[in-house]
Amino acid sequence: MSGPDGAARDVVLRLDGITKRFGKLTANDRIDLALHRGEVMALLGENGAGKTTLMNILFGHYTADEGTVEVEGRPLPPGAPGAALKAGVGMVHQHFTLADNMTVLENILLGTEPLWTPRLGRRAARARVEALSRDFGLAVHPDARVATLSVGERQRVEILKALYRDARILILDEPTAVLTPQETAALFQTLRKMVARGLSVIFISHKLNEVMAISSRVAVLRHGRLVGEVATADTDRHRLAELMVGSEIVTPAPGTATPGAALLTLAAVRTAPRGDRPGLQGIDLSLRAGQITGLAGVSGNGQGALADLLSGLTAPTGGQMTLGIAAVTDWTPRAALAAGIGRIPEDRHDTGSIADFTLTENAVLEGYGSRPFSRRGVMDWTAARRHAADLIATYDVRCPGPDARIRLLSGGNMQKLILGRVLETGPMVILANQPVRGLDIGAVTYVQERLIAARDRGAAVLLISEDLDEVLTMADVIHVISEGRLSPPFPRGSKTPAELGAWMAGQGFDHAA
Amino acid sequence: MRLEPVAAPGLARTLGLPALALAGTFVVGALLVLAAGADPFATFGLIVQGAAGSKFAALETLNRATPLIFTGLAIAVAFRAKLWNIGAEAQLYAGALATVVLGTSALGLPPALMWPAMAGAAVIAGGLVLLGPVLLKVRLGVDEVVTTLLFNFIMLLFVSMLLEGPLKDPMGMGWPKSEALPRDYRLPRLVEGLRLHWGFALALIAAVVVWLIETRTTLGYEIRAVGQNARAARFAGIPVNRVLVKTALLSGGLAALAGFSEVSGLKGNLTQDLSPGFGYTGIIVAMLALLHPLGVVVSALFVAGIFVGADSMSRAAGVPSYIADILLATALLAMVLAILLTRFRVVRG
Repeated sequence: MSGPDGAARDVVLRLDGITKRFGKLTANDRIDLALHRGEVMALLGENGAGKTTLMNILFGHYTADEGTVEVEGRPLPPGAPGAALKAGVGMVHQHFTLADNMTVLENILLGTEPLWTPRLGRRAARARVEALSRDFGLAVHPDARVATLSVGERQRVEILKALYRDARILILDEPTAVLTPQETAALFQTLRKMVARGLSVIFISHKLNEVMAISSRVAVLRHGRLVGEVATADTDRHRLAELMVGSEIVTPAPGTATPGAALLTLAAVRTAPRGDRPGLQGIDLSLRAGQITGLAGVSGNGQGALADLLSGLTAPTGGQMTLGIAAVTDWTPRAALAAGIGRIPEDRHDTGSIADFTLTENAVLEGYGSRPFSRRGVMDWTAARRHAADLIATYDVRCPGPDARIRLLSGGNMQKLILGRVLETGPMVILANQPVRGLDIGAVTYVQERLIAARDRGAAVLLISEDLDEVLTMADVIHVISEGRLSPPFPRGSKTPAELGAWMAGQGFDHAA
Repeated sequence: MRLEPVAAPGLARTLGLPALALAGTFVVGALLVLAAGADPFATFGLIVQGAAGSKFAALETLNRATPLIFTGLAIAVAFRAKLWNIGAEAQLYAGALATVVLGTSALGLPPALMWPAMAGAAVIAGGLVLLGPVLLKVRLGVDEVVTTLLFNFIMLLFVSMLLEGPLKDPMGMGWPKSEALPRDYRLPRLVEGLRLHWGFALALIAAVVVWLIETRTTLGYEIRAVGQNARAARFAGIPVNRVLVKTALLSGGLAALAGFSEVSGLKGNLTQDLSPGFGYTGIIVAMLALLHPLGVVVSALFVAGIFVGADSMSRAAGVPSYIADILLATALLAMVLAILLTRFRVVRG
């Protein structure tokens, strides 16, 4: 009650004039933000808009070139990781930071217990964790080992960890990317309970539906600048999207598909487990010409195994894979390419391209071994360069030229080159694994339109995505993958998001198997 | 202080920093010469004079550079594929061994056939020596740094055993050395009367060939792709393991040519001290050349010049010839730092 005035006292976190430059790039340009007690503020922006940089400055991982951070009226020392934590700011990252081989309780207590008397106060700690878990609807058993938990449960542990450390401000970085629709709804319940008790939340996202659903205020970042700060009640999806992108958005219209023959068929296919994750558990899948098959599912449920299988990186350990009418035997990436499978990998930086190679060298990464790019083991760089220049022109790759190193390109332009490399060979089957993740909206539309065009010329497209909205928009038929099992195909529009969410959570498979 | 990646290193960065590294090396060297009580300028002058001041000196430098070009190329090719071949010394001895065994076997072939036969045998022997560690790497994931390094000692002991046993020259007065190659089978001098043999020309040709392989062939493209990003290379259908095996054969073969050239061009026979560490010095040569095959020729001449020059300088100026080792070690460290700084800049805070 001794604050200077009521409004200022209500502000729990204040970022004042934050500026951060990396060389010529200004990642954060004079950003002013104030988070109030008891609100969920959404921080909206495309990849590269400066959201992550801002949070890194808040947590002292970066030092701002200009500007200050205040928590509850007290300035945080710049560049001191841990200061924000001590001041009561907790963060839940996209990638969790839990020790798999320890229990939930141990993970929560880790780093908070005195070194010499770890057993002391275990009982009190457990009681407190249980109370928090009950109060905020964070159902998770304190004695369960983290390795056995689902992704949604792990996220709850992360939140409990922050709450146990007396966080008054919680920052969630793209928290729904790994959740089913049901888990997302549960998370939103938790967030509402938190703000009702006077906690404050920053919800970082680029998903407009969720921002509209959970936040009371939205701050929009674009190219490092704060371009808008609006009350959620006074805006709508469309206006937010325009603020975020800076121009009007066109969503691709897939139109109707005319499915043809099955070009690639999997019958009871199994693959070896990948680390602690299951392989494919005997799946049936048929990819038809002129059809986009969407694969929905929570990340880490076998999408990688299926992508690796179709890419030729792994061979099936059981069941049969048929290409056209021929059963597949000797299966390598080269065989997959020869069979007319075009592959857009999940990780364009590390799998789809070689960062220090030029655009020319990257453009022929899959085709270098034959004409016109080489003859009898001798490269024809003129032909390769011409091909790269063609791809750059046809696929609208913004770059200094074919001799530039690909790591200088933005994700969108890199993806366009990879897309061109794949599509120019006229593949009959196209594996698109998260083809638009992390791209700005212009590039998203471009890539999606190209995939639709490929379908319309008769290719069978498999679209793997963790974004259910994307699958619902793009796919003519949807499969859900869960723990290496595949649901039956659902035609477009035959299932609601909630029904698909139930499959994503693993329900329904026993009947299907 | 932190490192931040440099998006697009300019020409000043890519060439200026290595030049600065060399300059820094000589500053360090000058301080050590001062500490040894001599005048740095005079000392460096003597080194230059000793390396290139006379026809005899220059030819000695070229002779010394010859094996270093071969081992430098061997390392450069392997490192390009991120195949850490530390065993060029072993491959060199394998090449020398093959040369001696074939050359002293009294097959009666004419020299024009015998030279390519000995060189070919050396290349095969050297390639096979590196093949083992590489197969262990691709099949079982055994770290090749350890295996190739240890192979150097195995090979040296093996050579020593042969020189005390089956290969021992009966006319060698009990010294552990092999029989000498017949005079006809020795590589001829490049120019009559001068102590420079055809091995040097072969080294230059090898450098050009390696350069062409790296830049113009599919194999070179595969080697670079595997070295830069094996994961992306595998995804794109490049047979990574097969490329590594081919790289091993190429790299081992090049190092073995150093042994062939030393035996058939210079020494005539095999002894345990055929190589004063040419295989290890090849790593310095390759790194100073930033792994560029043509750069290897320049850096081998530079390294050889410092060794030869320092020998002659130490006789004249009384500064220990160990200064050569210190200069090269400093140059290597400075160059590694320069390479790092071409890709990253140091930022405060």
